[in-house]
Amino acid sequence: MVLLQREPIRPVDLLEAVRGDADGAVALFTGTVRNESEGRAVVALEYEAYGEMALRQMSELRVRALEEHAVSDVAIVHRLGRLDVGEISVAVAVSAAHRGAAFDACRAVMDTLKRTVPIWKKEIFADGAAVWVEPPG
Amino acid sequence: MTIEVLYFASMADAVGRTRETIELDEGATVSALWRALVERYPPLGTLAYRPLVACDMGYSSWERELAGVREVAFLPPVSGG
Repeated sequence: MVLLQREPIRPVDLLEAVRGDADGAVALFTGTVRNESEGRAVVALEYEAYGEMALRQMSELRVRALEEHAVSDVAIVHRLGRLDVGEISVAVAVSAAHRGAAFDACRAVMDTLKRTVPIWKKEIFADGAAVWVEPPG
Repeated sequence: MTIEVLYFASMADAVGRTRETIELDEGATVSALWRALVERYPPLGTLAYRPLVACDMGYSSWERELAGVREVAFLPPVSGG
């Protein structure tokens, strides 16, 4: 499962997508919208993507995780559009026979996703200002 | 040759659009395309970052020749997650 969606992410959908009878573990990560950024009150985030390329990159991440870790399946879902504080912006679920590989692959997918997948977020502040988040280099 | 250029996030704000079609000389590189765009949209010359380049949805170098490429996107530093 690799998806970009405007509808809310339901973690149970990812858990069910990856789970199999040979798996003793499913690791799930969710990223959620935080109410502050460097001391400034945030009320919402707005996500935008280069959709087709982002999906290709996410599919590559999934395939690489399956090749490099002893895992059974990987699900990656990222939300687009405006999200309020507390909503889930991204979710990764990994199933495996044992928990070590599931944790490792889940972390590797998230770390690489944040560096390489063409998705951007704009912080909407309580005072109405809005700023694209563009980490240097 | 004709190239479809895509803009996202702060780059779309800087140029005031999300895509356009650009005519280039045969043999032009990504860098040549970028120079033409900066000439057309001066705010691109003062961005706080050097964009990443994607040709037909794969990351690419600035030296790449655009012959055969259909779509080029200049990407701000990504911030998904």
